Formats: sequence, C-alpha cells, structure tokens
Amino acid sequence: MKNKKLINNLITYGIVILAFVLCKVAIANGDMTRSLKGQLIPICCWIVMAVSLNLVVGISGELSLGHAGFMSVGAFTGIIASQWMLASGVEDKMVCLIVALVVGGVFAALAGIIIGIPVLRLSGDYLAIVTLAFGEIIRNVLNCVYVSVDAGALHVGFLNPSLPGKLILNGPNGATGVTKLATFEAGFVLVLITLFIVLNLINSRSGRAIMAVRDNRIAAESSGINVTKYRMMAFVISAGLAGLAGALYGLNFSSIVAGKFKFDQSILVLVFVVLGGIGSIRGSVIAAAALTVLPELLRGIGDYRMLIYAVVLIAVMLITNNAKLKTWLDSLKKANKKTDGKAGAQA
Amino acid sequence: MLSFMSSLIQGISLGSVYAIIALGYTMVYGIAKMLNFAHGDVIMVGAYVSFCATQYWGMPPLVSVVISMLVCTMLGVIIERLAYKPLRQATSLAVLITAIGMSYLLQNLALLIWGANPKVFTSIVPFGALKLFDGQLMITGETMVTMVCCIIIMVALTVFTGKTKMGKAMRAVSEDKGAAQLMGINVNLTISITFAIGSALAAIAGVLLCSAYPTLMPTTGAMPGIKAFTAAVFGGIGSIPGAMLGGILLGIIEILGKTYISTELGDALVFAVLIVVLLVKPTGLLGKKVHEKV
Repeated sequence: MKNKKLINNLITYGIVILAFVLCKVAIANGDMTRSLKGQLIPICCWIVMAVSLNLVVGISGELSLGHAGFMSVGAFTGIIASQWMLASGVEDKMVCLIVALVVGGVFAALAGIIIGIPVLRLSGDYLAIVTLAFGEIIRNVLNCVYVSVDAGALHVGFLNPSLPGKLILNGPNGATGVTKLATFEAGFVLVLITLFIVLNLINSRSGRAIMAVRDNRIAAESSGINVTKYRMMAFVISAGLAGLAGALYGLNFSSIVAGKFKFDQSILVLVFVVLGGIGSIRGSVIAAAALTVLPELLRGIGDYRMLIYAVVLIAVMLITNNAKLKTWLDSLKKANKKTDGKAGAQA
Repeated sequence: MLSFMSSLIQGISLGSVYAIIALGYTMVYGIAKMLNFAHGDVIMVGAYVSFCATQYWGMPPLVSVVISMLVCTMLGVIIERLAYKPLRQATSLAVLITAIGMSYLLQNLALLIWGANPKVFTSIVPFGALKLFDGQLMITGETMVTMVCCIIIMVALTVFTGKTKMGKAMRAVSEDKGAAQLMGINVNLTISITFAIGSALAAIAGVLLCSAYPTLMPTTGAMPGIKAFTAAVFGGIGSIPGAMLGGILLGIIEILGKTYISTELGDALVFAVLIVVLLVKPTGLLGKKVHEKV
C-alpha cells in the first residue's frame, strides 16, 4: 500500500519534470510561440493555486471561494518586498525573487490564520460564503492601500494620503512600474515545492487526521482528533501556497491591479480542481496546465471559454453524483477484482 | 440632517430590493437546504427580458414586468429540474459547485445573447420624484414603488406560507422532507413551486434594481445576489420577516457606509457585517436555533 502511494507520487513528480524538460527543449529549438512562452509562468502559478485549493476542497472538504484573495495578498506583499529591496540597492535579482516569494507566502499564511480563526467556526455553505466575503474584503481594502519608497524607507498610507518618494502601490491603480523578476525556472521549482509539501502532508499522520475530519467530523472528534487544529492546518498551508503563487504571478507583470484577483479567479481555480478530480493532486496539476494552455491554442473558442467551463462544471457534478452511474462503476470494479482474483488463483 | 435623511431613504430603497432578492434565497434555502448561487443571475435575466420587451417589442412597462416574471419562473423551474434535482442526495459541496456553475452559465449565455456592452435601462416608474422641504429632500418614484412592492410581497408571502395549503406544505417540507412525504405531500412539486416563486420575485427585483441603477450588464446580478444572500443570513436564513429586516438593514448600512466612511469600502463593510453576524449569532437576527444531532 505504502509502495503504491510512493509510486503514485513519483509519477506526479515525473510528469511535472518531464513537462519542464520538454518546454525547455522546445524553447531551445525555437518551437514555442511567443504567446505560449508568455503563458509558462502563469501556468506554474495556476498549478500551485489549483494544488493548494485542492488541499482545502478535496482533502479538508471545505469549499473556499476566496482563494484569489490570498493570491492577491501574496502578489502585493511580494511586489512591495522586491521593489523595496531593489530600491534599497540589492543587486542580486535571485535573492530579491526568493525574498519576495517568502514574504508573499508568509503574509498570505498570516491572512489565512486571521481569516481562518473566524471562518473555521463555520462549515458548509456558510463557510463558502464567508470565504467569498473575505476575498471581496481583501480586494476592497487593497484598493485603498498606498505604499511608497523614499530613500530606502517604506511609507504606507490608507485612503488617498500623499506619500513621499516613488509609489509602488497606488490604491485602485494597483502596482505600477514593477521590475519583472519571475522566471520559468522559479515557477518550476515552486511547483515541485508545492507538490512536495502537499503530497507529504496528505500521506502523513496530520493528513490522515484532516481527511478523517472531512469524512466524519463528529467521529473524528470523538477519536481524539483536534478538529480545529487540523482544519486550520490545511487552510493556512493552502493560503500560504496561494501567496507564493501570487507573489510569482505579481512579479511576472510590470503592472497589476487588485481587480485582477476577483471572485472569477477563485472560481477558475475551482474549475481546475473539480475538473482534475476533487482530491486528486495530479489531476489538479494537469487540469490547471491544460486549461490555461487550451484557450491559447484554440483561439476561436475564446468567447465560449467561460460558457464551456460552466457547462463542464455542472456536467462533472451531475455525472459524478449520478447514483445509477456510481453503482454501475462499482459493479464494474467488483467484476474487475473478481477476474483479478481468479487470475491470481490460477497462477 | 436632511442629507442624512436622504441617505437613509436611499438605503431603505436599496435595502428593499435586497430584501425582495433575499426572500427568494431564504425560501429556497429553507426548503431545499441549498444555496442557490444562480439566484443573482436570474435577477439579471429578468432585467434583460423586461428591457427587451420595452425597447425592442414596444410593450408597456407593466406588461414587460409580467413577461419577465413568467420567463424567470420558467427559468427557475428548469434550472431546478435539470441541475439541482438530480443532486438531492449529494453532498452540499457538490450542490454548491453546481449552483456556481449554473450562475456562470447564465452570465455567459447573457454575454453571448446581449453582448458585454452595458445597456441603459429606462425606469418603469412613470412618475417623478416627491420633493419635500423645498426640494431639499427628494424621494424618487422608484424608491416609493420599491418600498411599496417590498411590503406587498412580504405580506403576500406571509399569508401564503401561513394560510394556504401549498404554503403549509412548504413549511412541512422545510421542517422534515421525509415526514412530509409520508403525510402525502408532493415534495418535488413543492420544491419546484418554491423555485418558481423565488424566481418570479427575482424578476421583480431585477426590474426595480435596474430602474434605480440603470446600467444593465451580464454581471449586474452577481453582486446584489451575494449581498442579498448576506441579508438573508443576517436576518436568519429560512425566516421571511428576517430576510426583510436583514435586507433593509444591509441597504442602510451600505449606503451610509458609502456616504460617511468611504465609497471604496462600502462593499467591504457589508461583508464585514456578514462575518460579525455569523460569528456572534450564527442563526441571524430572527433565525431559529437548531441543535446538531449526532
């Protein structure tokens, strides 16, 4: 059993590494179009987002609709950190990027703790709507924050202040004049780190506790599992990873506004998770990559993209919850097992 | 003082629209125990239908409202039959994701049919504003119509759920689906009718909302929908007077917040109220306390 899981995880890592190598080869040979090349870093970000949301939706069993909010926290804190360092005379771009990612991840995780404490007292539909509300609050508040750098000092203001020096964050106009630091390699490493964290968490004692809480909260509680602690753990780790993705995403553009991380983005990530299979990490990786690339390849369907997503979302839910189909699949599995057993006996 | 009064009236007017939408949410949640995310988009469809009826087919405003109510009623029932009915036994996560998918489906269909450009909705209210105190305090015709509609709808719904056979069946189903079925109540029909009523109310709300705020886009319904759900939770989900009270209070909070605190933070304030309410009194202002059974 343990071996099977290990092999399964290795396949997931293998797919990611193989995809990275193939992309690198394609770039070296000049086989990749410009628009596709521009998508590489966002793809990495969306993969990390999908995997981290899957941790909450699939493993912890809570529907979070505010994931883009954590991404925006990571993006803006990451941008502030990196631009501050650049303005203070740090030359090494690699160091700046790493610090920006760490800062983005830490702040998003902090936001996760602050939001998680009230949110995780709820469950089900209420939890979903409150995470949505928090996502909107984060966006609204970020629209009012002004940050500037003046002679190495950071100035922060709220609601239209006049700040000295160069503005990094300009309220509703967002971050402008950002020095792009994100690289495809960094994105690849980030995806690997995310997979490592999430896959190890799932197969650990804590991961099993989280899944026990998902499957039956009361039974888990009576078996001595600290429900709040484990739900919080999944929520905060997920928020932190979303922050990392956000920081990388923010540093991939020269300007970015908080309006970019709307409710739609949270839904988009949810589509990745649902389509890849709720609870399946490898599925999330593949779905996120495929659904980010597909619209680029199929230009014609641009207008119908969200429509198709919506139909797919409903169809997947209806099909996976169809009782007749489920019993049919189960009987198929049983029949398979029977023939397996017979084959084993004969051998 | 007068400027405060005029903000207050504006808030009550917006709140009345929220209240009408929230009634749809609260009834559906009470009976089907599901959060109908697509409700906000039914509002948008209602507004578009009314817009088309008056602008393209030259119908009088009142007829256009009736048509949009009919279309939305059918839409609501069809959505319930196609997407939600097969998921009666499924987990709440599955139902919620389906509802979100439905919401996106409606938005994107509207985008394809009517385009992304905002349409300017002409108010259906034929009379102008009421001016008090030498014109310092204005109450627009839309405000008065909205408030009157809101009160009529609430009284009608209270009577309907309290006195009629179908209303009693609704309350029975919301109390215990299984027991209601054993008493000979047609559960599926009751749920369909709930969706029909909720969607018809959404159509009215859509027309009233767009009469007061005349930009009509495919995403018009999304935000008011979410806020109305907030209102329903605020008042206590499943309770009709609660939805009313929650809606009006939320409208007042939003407008006063926008006027006196910050325009940008108005929405954040509304959602902050939701969070505080859910933490302090999770069942809302007028909600009943339900104990968790093992």
